[in-house]
Amino acid sequence: MIKVEGVTYQIVRQEILSDVSVNIPKGGVTALIGPNGAGKSTLLSLIARLMPLQTGTIHVDGQAIGQTPSDTLARSLAILPQASDIAPRLTVAQLVRFGRYPHSKGRPTPACLEKVEEAMMRFDLGALQDRMIDTLSGGQRQRALIAMSYAQDTDYLLLDEPLNNLDIAAARHLMKLLQTMARAEGKTILIVLHDINYAGAYADRIVAMRKGRIMAEGPPQSVISTQALAEIFDTDAHVVLQDGRPLVMV
Amino acid sequence: MSDRNLLLLLSGLACLAMFGFMTLGVRAPWGFVLPFRGEKLVALILVALAVSTSTVLFQTISFNRILTPAVMGFDALYLLLLTLAVYGLGGIGFTALSPVAVFAITSGVLVLAALALFGTLLGQARADLLRMILTGIIFGVLFRSITAFLQRMIDPNEFAVIQVNAFARFNTIETDILILAAPITLVALMLSWRMRRRLDVISLGPATATSLGERPKQGQMQALALTAVLVSVSTAFVGPVVFLGLLVVSLAHAIRPTPYHAVLLPVAGLISVITLVGGQAVLERVLGLNTPLSVVIDLIGGCVFLILVLKGTRT
Repeated sequence: MIKVEGVTYQIVRQEILSDVSVNIPKGGVTALIGPNGAGKSTLLSLIARLMPLQTGTIHVDGQAIGQTPSDTLARSLAILPQASDIAPRLTVAQLVRFGRYPHSKGRPTPACLEKVEEAMMRFDLGALQDRMIDTLSGGQRQRALIAMSYAQDTDYLLLDEPLNNLDIAAARHLMKLLQTMARAEGKTILIVLHDINYAGAYADRIVAMRKGRIMAEGPPQSVISTQALAEIFDTDAHVVLQDGRPLVMV
Repeated sequence: MSDRNLLLLLSGLACLAMFGFMTLGVRAPWGFVLPFRGEKLVALILVALAVSTSTVLFQTISFNRILTPAVMGFDALYLLLLTLAVYGLGGIGFTALSPVAVFAITSGVLVLAALALFGTLLGQARADLLRMILTGIIFGVLFRSITAFLQRMIDPNEFAVIQVNAFARFNTIETDILILAAPITLVALMLSWRMRRRLDVISLGPATATSLGERPKQGQMQALALTAVLVSVSTAFVGPVVFLGLLVVSLAHAIRPTPYHAVLLPVAGLISVITLVGGQAVLERVLGLNTPLSVVIDLIGGCVFLILVLKGTRT
């Protein structure tokens, strides 16, 4: 479980997060939604220790962020940062192999190589393994990065707007992969999403934020409603239910 | 060609260069030549390895392949410190200090100054490479101008003391600091080698490195300190060599594109040794010292720099 308690974060006296407390239960896909500037990415970065905590505490499976050594955390928590600025002079296979670093410190054991192999298969990267990262399309690149996180073999995976710049096929494919990872292997996936319809369709739980506060949390059909969208996003989009899943008429 | 074969080939070439440096054009008795040239050879090898390794470290932590410590003004800073020392102590006071003491103090101060000046810059390097380049160039010009200003203020006799240090020179190497510089260089090289796998991860970018359990800030600071130590070694031995690092590391990237520092560090180091020792052997013994090696290296290196800049600043 990810336990966030009383987290406040300021940048130049501007409050980005105001006393945020939220629990992300273990297992399943949890989507973080909210308007631009709601503090979603900041919250995710704080959980992933990409930025130092100012006030409040965050625990991942009882390990306190900021006190647990970074390489210990790397074995239970992986993050896929927004607009991944990864060094382009890597082949896909080399990139995925880096996912084993927290376990092998750069000296891959046979078990590690097996895991890498599995990740390549799983994310359908076999044909691309010798391609350089900067020659890939957005969707392929995102898949390679997630394969790296998969090879890292952590219980928790955080993703910051992974659907940016993906077409509908690549986006759906990615969300399905994440859903399978969560369901078949009991991974906990926390994902920042801009498109509420993707959150409604694929997430097991939704946490909605606005102006640095948590506005609502729960299963998609209880969080996403015409009224909630008006409160959270200041927009009068109509929400319909389709096969038990909320769908926003944009 | 496999990594192993490439390293063997380069090692062979490096040995050939060393052999040539030791044996070409010997006129004096071997008993004199061997220790005399041997000392210079050891110093040249140390310089070669220090320059290539510091360049690789700096390029990795600043996420680019154009900037080198020399371009960013590290050795200009070293000369400024030296000039300040002469200015403060006077030429006589300065020459009274043992070269070893001077080296120890200037290196120590350089490490601190580099951490203070460039440490804060590194955090923003990825976001803003252009700003980093500009800052480096401005620092370089600033250090050189202050140095030149101080040199005008001091006595001409004292100026002579600095002048020896202010130009790249491979013919007259100050071997008297070898006793201190050699172990320091070896320790710095060893520490750099031990960082090789961490450097691989750091080069993936701060967020990914953190996700993989590395602490990028800490690693960057360590690499920066090692860079400063290595730069002070090479500058103390042969003065500022602006484009050697850029030249040999660019060659290494061209010969063997690799994301792994376990390959990059030795390849760049060996190319550096071949360039420096081989080049010096050819120019000094075969061409009879007509052209200083530093001029040739800076000419070729400068062209490589221009090509890299014109090709764009993509990493």
